[in-house]
Amino acid sequence: MLLLIGKRLLSAIPSVIGVLVVTFLLTRALPGDPAAYFAGPAATPQAIAEIRKSLGLDKSLPEQFVVYVKDLARGDLGNSIATGRPVLEEVRSRLPASLELTLLGLVVSVGIAVPLGVLAATRPGSWIDHSCRVITTAGVSLPAFFTGLLLIYVLYYLLGWAPAPLGRLDIFNSAPRDITGLYLVDSLLVGDLETFWAALKQLLLPAFTLAVFTLAPIARMTRASMLEVLSSDFIRTARASGLSPGKVVYAYAFRNAMLPVVTTLGMVFSFLLGANVLVEKVFSWPGIGTFAIEALIASDYAPIQGFVLTMALMYVLLNLAIDVLYIVIDPRVGFEA
Amino acid sequence: MQRRAFLLASSIVTATGLLLAAAAPAAAQSRQETLVVLVENGPNSLDIHGVGTSFRSYVAAWNMYDRLITFGRKTLPDGTLSYDYSKIEPELAESFTAAPDGKSFTFKIRRDAKFHDGSPVTAHDVKWSYDRAVSVGGFPTFQMAAGSLTKPEQFTAVDDYTFRVDLPKPDKLALPDMAVVVPAIFNSKLAKKNATEKDPWAMEWMKTNSAAGGAYKLEKWAPGQETVLVRNDDWKSGPLPKIKRVIMREVPSAGNRRALMERGDADISVDMPQKDAAELLAGKDGKYKVVGVPIENSLKYIGMVTTMKPFDDARVRQAIAYATPFDQIYKTAIYGRGIPMSDGPAGAPKDASWPQPFPVSTDLEKAKKLLAEAGYPNGFETTISIDLGDATASEPEAVLLQQSLAQIGIKTTIEKIPGANFRSAMLQKNRPLHIASFGGWLNFPDYYFFWGYHGQNAVFNTMSYKNEKMDALIDASRYEADPAKYKEQVMGFIKMSIDEMPRVPLYQQILDVGMQKNIKGYTYWFHRQLDVRQIEKL
Repeated sequence: MLLLIGKRLLSAIPSVIGVLVVTFLLTRALPGDPAAYFAGPAATPQAIAEIRKSLGLDKSLPEQFVVYVKDLARGDLGNSIATGRPVLEEVRSRLPASLELTLLGLVVSVGIAVPLGVLAATRPGSWIDHSCRVITTAGVSLPAFFTGLLLIYVLYYLLGWAPAPLGRLDIFNSAPRDITGLYLVDSLLVGDLETFWAALKQLLLPAFTLAVFTLAPIARMTRASMLEVLSSDFIRTARASGLSPGKVVYAYAFRNAMLPVVTTLGMVFSFLLGANVLVEKVFSWPGIGTFAIEALIASDYAPIQGFVLTMALMYVLLNLAIDVLYIVIDPRVGFEA
Repeated sequence: MQRRAFLLASSIVTATGLLLAAAAPAAAQSRQETLVVLVENGPNSLDIHGVGTSFRSYVAAWNMYDRLITFGRKTLPDGTLSYDYSKIEPELAESFTAAPDGKSFTFKIRRDAKFHDGSPVTAHDVKWSYDRAVSVGGFPTFQMAAGSLTKPEQFTAVDDYTFRVDLPKPDKLALPDMAVVVPAIFNSKLAKKNATEKDPWAMEWMKTNSAAGGAYKLEKWAPGQETVLVRNDDWKSGPLPKIKRVIMREVPSAGNRRALMERGDADISVDMPQKDAAELLAGKDGKYKVVGVPIENSLKYIGMVTTMKPFDDARVRQAIAYATPFDQIYKTAIYGRGIPMSDGPAGAPKDASWPQPFPVSTDLEKAKKLLAEAGYPNGFETTISIDLGDATASEPEAVLLQQSLAQIGIKTTIEKIPGANFRSAMLQKNRPLHIASFGGWLNFPDYYFFWGYHGQNAVFNTMSYKNEKMDALIDASRYEADPAKYKEQVMGFIKMSIDEMPRVPLYQQILDVGMQKNIKGYTYWFHRQLDVRQIEKL
C-alpha cells in the first residue's frame, strides 16, 4: 500500500511542474497592468514605474520565473498585493473554510442522493424512480446562487429560522482555536459546543445549497450503476441461492456499484472546491474560490499561482485517496493497478 | 445497511436543520454597545501609506489613527451632518499657529496623548510620520505634495512637544492637506523596532499591524471577512466616542446587506446601491433610514479624448453634450440619487461655485446642426468605454447614451473594461468616448481642475485636454490670495470648460448610507468612509 502511495506521488511531480509553468505564463498573459492598478488613483507614470520595479515586474519573464521558483523552494508563495498578506497564510485560512463547506455539502448530498439512487434502481419505473428524476433535474437546473438566495429569503428574511448569512460564524461568536481550521472539528476538539452549534447553523444553508446542486450526478450515477450490477450474473446467482433481498441489494450489489459513485464523488468534490464562488459570495463565505476570483480580477499574480498550485496538489491527493478507497471497496483492484 | 437506516439518516439531516434553526441567538446584551457595520469590501491594508492600499482601508486608518488637525463639522440644510472643509480644528495638536508670512505652521502636541502601547506621543513621532508620508512614494507622497509638503527638510521637531512645518511659499491647501487621511501620526518607536535595513519605514510590518494612538484600537482584522475595533478609553484628542466596539463585516451581496438591515441584524450599511436607497426613501414604512449626502467636488462625466478625431473639434464635443439624454440617465440609471448637472442658466457661470450645472440640455436638432458644421453631417462610428466596477450605473448610462447618439447618426459600440483594468485603460488616453468619475478630496475648484483639466495631463485628465490659457488661469488661482481675483480666475476656467466641453458633466454623485433609526451622529466625510467616533446608538 505504502509503495503504491509513494509511486503515485512520484508520478504526480511532472504534472505539478507543468501546472507551475502554465499558470505562470497564463497569469502574465492576462490583460491589465497590476502596477497601474496598485499604484492607486492618483499615480503618475513615474510612480507606476516605481511600483512595477518594487513588484519585480520590470524583469524579463525567465528572470521572473527563476525568482518565483526560488521563492517556492523556500515555501514562499509570495504576497497578495490586494490583501497585503502572504499567499500561504491566505490559503491556510481560506482553504479550510471552503473544505468544510464543500465536505458538509457533499455529506448532505450523498446522504440524500445515494439512498434515492438505490431506491430508484431497485424499483425502476415506480413513483420513487420518477421523483428521483424530477428532484435531480430540478437540482441541477437551479443555479446554486439562486437556490442560495431563495433559501436566505425564505428561511432567514421571511421566517427568521436560519441565522444571518454572514459567513462562518455569527457576529458575536468567536472562532475556535485554530487546529485544523475546520470550525466544526476544532470546536469539538476543544470541547466548545456553543461554537460548534453556531458554526453548524451557519453551515447548513450554504451546505444544503451545494447539496442541491450536486444531487444530480451522484443520484444518477448511483442509479445507473446499481441497475447494471443488479442485472449481472452474480446477483442472479445470489437470488437463486435464496439470499434475502436486503442482503442481495446492500451487501452484494451496493458494494459493487460504489466504484463509479466514488469516482463521481471525487470529480464533484474537486470541481466544487474551486467553483462554488457564487455560493461563497451569497453567504459571505471567506472561501478560496472568492479569493482566487478577486485576485484574477486585480491581476494579482501571486495568489492566482498559489491557488492553482494548491488546487493541483489537492487534486493529486484526492486522486490518491480515491485509488486507496477503490482497494478498500474492491479487493480485486490490485496494488499494482 | 438497511433501507430504513438510509431513510433515518436523511430524515435526521432534515430534522437537525429545523432544530438548529429554532435555537435562540445568544449575546444580546453586548449588542447595545456594539456597532455592526456592513460593507461590500473591507480594508486591504492597515497602513495608509502602503502600496495598493484601497479606499476601503481609509476607514481603519481614520478611526485608529490621529492627525495633528482635523476638520470641523456643520449641519446641512436637510439636517444631516457633514464635515466642514472651511473649519480646521486641533486633534492631536492642542493648538497651532501660522507664521505671519504664511510660510510656516507651528503645532503644540498634547502632552497627555499616548499611543495604544502606552508610550507618549512626541513631536519626534510626528516628524517621523510626516517624513514617511513624503518618502515612501506612490499615493501618500502624491497627496502630501498637493499641499506643498514634499521634503523631510520641511518638518522640524523643535522640542518634544513642538512641531514645525515650513513651506516654500504660502499655500492655502497646506493646512487642509494635513487634515486628510494620509498624514496620520504613527508610533515611531514601535515602527522602528519592526523596520529592517531593506525596509526602513516598516512597510511590511505596518500592513497588518497598527502603530496607532487614535480613538479606536485594532482588535481583529481578518481580510475578506471582518475588522473589529474597540474603543481606546485613554483617548485624549477629542470627546470619548460613545460606541465601545465596532464590527465591520464584509457582505458582498447587496441583497443580503439589505435583508440584514431590514431584519435589524446590522446597524449601518455603507455601500448602498442607488436603487435600494431610492426605494427605501420612497417607501413610507421604511424599516430603516437612508442618509444621502452629495459627494463634494465629485462628478460623473462623459469624457472625450481631445487628441483623437473627431473629438479634436469642440463642435463635435458640444454635439455630444446636446445629444446626451440627461433626464433619462438621471431617472433610470441612478434612480434620482444624484444632483443633475445639466440645464444650468444661460450665460453660466454666474458664480465661482463648483460643481455647477452646465447650460446644456438634451436638444437633438442642435446636436445635428453642430455635427454638420463640424463636417460630420452623417455622423461617425466610435466606442463608449465604461468601468465594469461601476456597472450598475455606468451600464445603463452607456446604453442610454448609445441610443441617443444613434439618433444623430453616431454609431457606437460599448466597451466594458473590468474595474481593475479601467485605470490603466484611462492612462493610455485612447478611449475616445468614456464614462468615468472623478472627485477631489480637497474641496476647491482649482484643485478639481488641476487634476481633471490641466495640461500636465494627470491620469484624471482622461480627455488629454490641453489649453494653455486654462492652464495659466488654474496655475494662477492655485496661489491667489485676493478673493476677488480668485473668483474671476475660477469663473474663467469654468467658462472655458463649458465652451470647449472636453467633458460633459452628468451629475454629482450622492453617498447613501443606510442606518437603523436609533443611530445618531452620522457625519459625511470627504473620504466617504465611516467615522465611528461621532456615532451614537440610542
